[in-house]
Amino acid sequence: MIAATDISFSIGRARILDDVSLEAPPGNVTVLIGPNGAGKSTALKCLTGEIRPGSGTVLFHGRPLDSFSAEDLALRRAVLPQASALSFPFTVSEVVELGLRAGRRRPSERRIVCEALDLVGMGGFSGRLYQTLSGGEQQRVHLARVLTQVWEPVTADGPRYLFLDEPTSSLDIRHQIDVLEIATDFARRGGGVVVVLHDLELAASYADRLIVLQRGRVVAAGDDAHAIVAPDLLRSVYGLNEAMIAKRWPAMAQAR
Amino acid sequence: MAIAIPDTTAGGTTAEDRRAWLRRVTIPVLVVLLLVAIAASSTIGATEVSVSGALNAIGDALGLETGATLRDRVILFDIRLPRTVMGMLVGSGLALSGAMMQGLFRNPLADPGLIGISAGAALAAVTSIVLIGGAGLSVVAWLGPHLLPVSAFLGSLVVTVALYGVATRAGRTSVATMLLAGIAFAALAMALTGLIVFHSNDTELRDFTFWNMGSLGGATWVRIAGMLPFFLITLFAIPFIGNGLNALLLGEAEAYHLGFSPQRLKRWIVVLTAASTGAAVAGAGVIGFVGIVVPHVLRLVLGADNRLLLPASALLGATLLIFADILSRLIVAPAELPIGIITAVIGAPVFISILLRRRSVIDI
Repeated sequence: MIAATDISFSIGRARILDDVSLEAPPGNVTVLIGPNGAGKSTALKCLTGEIRPGSGTVLFHGRPLDSFSAEDLALRRAVLPQASALSFPFTVSEVVELGLRAGRRRPSERRIVCEALDLVGMGGFSGRLYQTLSGGEQQRVHLARVLTQVWEPVTADGPRYLFLDEPTSSLDIRHQIDVLEIATDFARRGGGVVVVLHDLELAASYADRLIVLQRGRVVAAGDDAHAIVAPDLLRSVYGLNEAMIAKRWPAMAQAR
Repeated sequence: MAIAIPDTTAGGTTAEDRRAWLRRVTIPVLVVLLLVAIAASSTIGATEVSVSGALNAIGDALGLETGATLRDRVILFDIRLPRTVMGMLVGSGLALSGAMMQGLFRNPLADPGLIGISAGAALAAVTSIVLIGGAGLSVVAWLGPHLLPVSAFLGSLVVTVALYGVATRAGRTSVATMLLAGIAFAALAMALTGLIVFHSNDTELRDFTFWNMGSLGGATWVRIAGMLPFFLITLFAIPFIGNGLNALLLGEAEAYHLGFSPQRLKRWIVVLTAASTGAAVAGAGVIGFVGIVVPHVLRLVLGADNRLLLPASALLGATLLIFADILSRLIVAPAELPIGIITAVIGAPVFISILLRRRSVIDI
C-alpha cells in the first residue's frame, strides 16, 4: 500500500499541492485526473520519492517513504516519466537493460528484456538505435524498461508498484489501450499501479479508483469512475459548458 | 486474405549481432594497439634505438646477459620509457575525464580542454610554483612531486564545480551556457597563466608553450610517481561508475528511480574528472581534444554504454597520445612540435563534424 496524508508542496509562493491525501492499494489501478496544472505530476513525484513534500507524510508498505534508500525503492517500484531525453546512441535493448540492472537481475535473466519488448509491441526493435525511433515508440521502450525493473508484481517484500505519468500521451488509440491493459494486468496479478491520465474515457474505463485533482486539492475520489466522470465534473473542474459537453459527448448529454 | 508483414526482426537482430561482436573484440584490439604504440614510441626518435637493441636493454634490466649497450639502456629507460608511460597516463586520463564529463553534462561536446577545466588546472599549477615554491615553504618538501598534481587537481575541481553551477538550473544543464562559460573560463585562466609565466624568473616556468600546448618532453619517473595516485583512483573507479553514468544519461530523476543517488554520483564524477584532468595537466600541460575525440569515435563503434566506453576510452586515449607524441617528435626532428598542435589538428575537425551532424545537441 502507498498512502499520502495531508501532503503539501510549494514552489516559491505557488502552492502546487494543498493538503492532499490519497491512497493507492495494491491490486488496483489508481488513476489521477485533473486539468493542466492541477498538481497530478507533482503528486506522483511525491509518491515516487522524487520530491519530498513540504509537509505531510507518504507511507510505503507502512514505512515513511524517505526511510527507503534509492536502491531499495528501485527494487519495489518503477517510474515512467512524461518524457526522457537521451542524446547518446543507445540501442533499444540497452535502454531496457537499465531496468534489468535496477531490479538487480542477473544477466542470465536477459530474456525478460525481450519479453517486455514483445509485451509493448516493440519486439523487433531491440537492435535499433533509440534515437531513430518515433516519440510513441520511444515511450513504449521506456515502458518496457520500467516493466523490466519490476517484472514480478509481487515479491517476498510485498507488492511492487508501477507509477506512470501520462503513459498514453504520444500513442495512437490502439497502443493507449495496450498500455492500460498491461497496467491492469500488473494490478490483477497483485501489484499496485498509479497512472496520471488526461483522457477521461480511458480514465473511466480503466480506473479501479479515480482521484480528481483541481488546483492542488482532491475534489473527488472513489471506486465508481463512471459516476465521477459526469457532466457535473466536466463543468466544475474543467470549466466546460452545456454546448461543449453536448458536442463532445452526445450520449452523455442525452442521458440526462 | 493474407497480408505479408515486413520482417523488421531480421534487420534489427543483425545490427545487434554486429554490435555485440564489436563489443567483444574492442578491448583486445585496443590492448594490441596500445602495445604497438608503446613499442613504436620506445624505438622511434631523434636517436635510433633498434628493436633488438630495445629488447636487449629490457632483457638486461631483467638480469639477463644480453650485451645491451649503455647508450641503449639510458635512452630506453631514462628518456623513452618515462615519456611513453607519461603519454599513456595523460592520454587515458584526458579521454576518461572527457567521457565522464560528457555523461555528467549529458552532452557529447563536453571536453576538459575546451571548457576551461585543463586551463584552471594549469593556472593552479603555475600559481603554486610561484607562490609556494617561491616562498620556499616546507609544504613543498612534504608534497614533493605531488605538489603540482595536487594544485592542478584543486584548480580543475574549482572550475568544474563553478561551471556546473553556472550551467545547471533546477537539474537541467544548458549546453550553450556550459560551452560559452567554459570558453570564457579557459580564456581567463590562460591569460592569468600567461601573466604569471611572463613575470616569473623560474626557468622551469618560463615555458608558456608547455602550459598552453602541452608536451611530454619533461617526463621523468619522479613526475610520473607524483601523478600516479590521481590516475589510479580514476582507473579503479571505472567499474563502479559505468552503470550509474548510464542511468544519469536518461536524466537525474530517472537515475534516482533506477536506484542511484544522483547527487552522490555527480559528486564522484566531478572529483574523478578533476583528479585525472589535474594530473594530466601537471604532467604534460594543457592538451586539447583528446577528451572529445576518443569517446566520440568509440561511441560510433560501440554505442554509448559506459561500462565498456570508459575502459575503452582509457586504452584508446593512451594509444592516441603516444602516437601523437611520436608525430610531434618526427615532423620537425630533431626539434619537437608541442603535442597540443597534433591533437588539435586531429580533434578540431571531429568536433566540427559532431556539431554538423547533431546540431540539436546545442539547444540554445
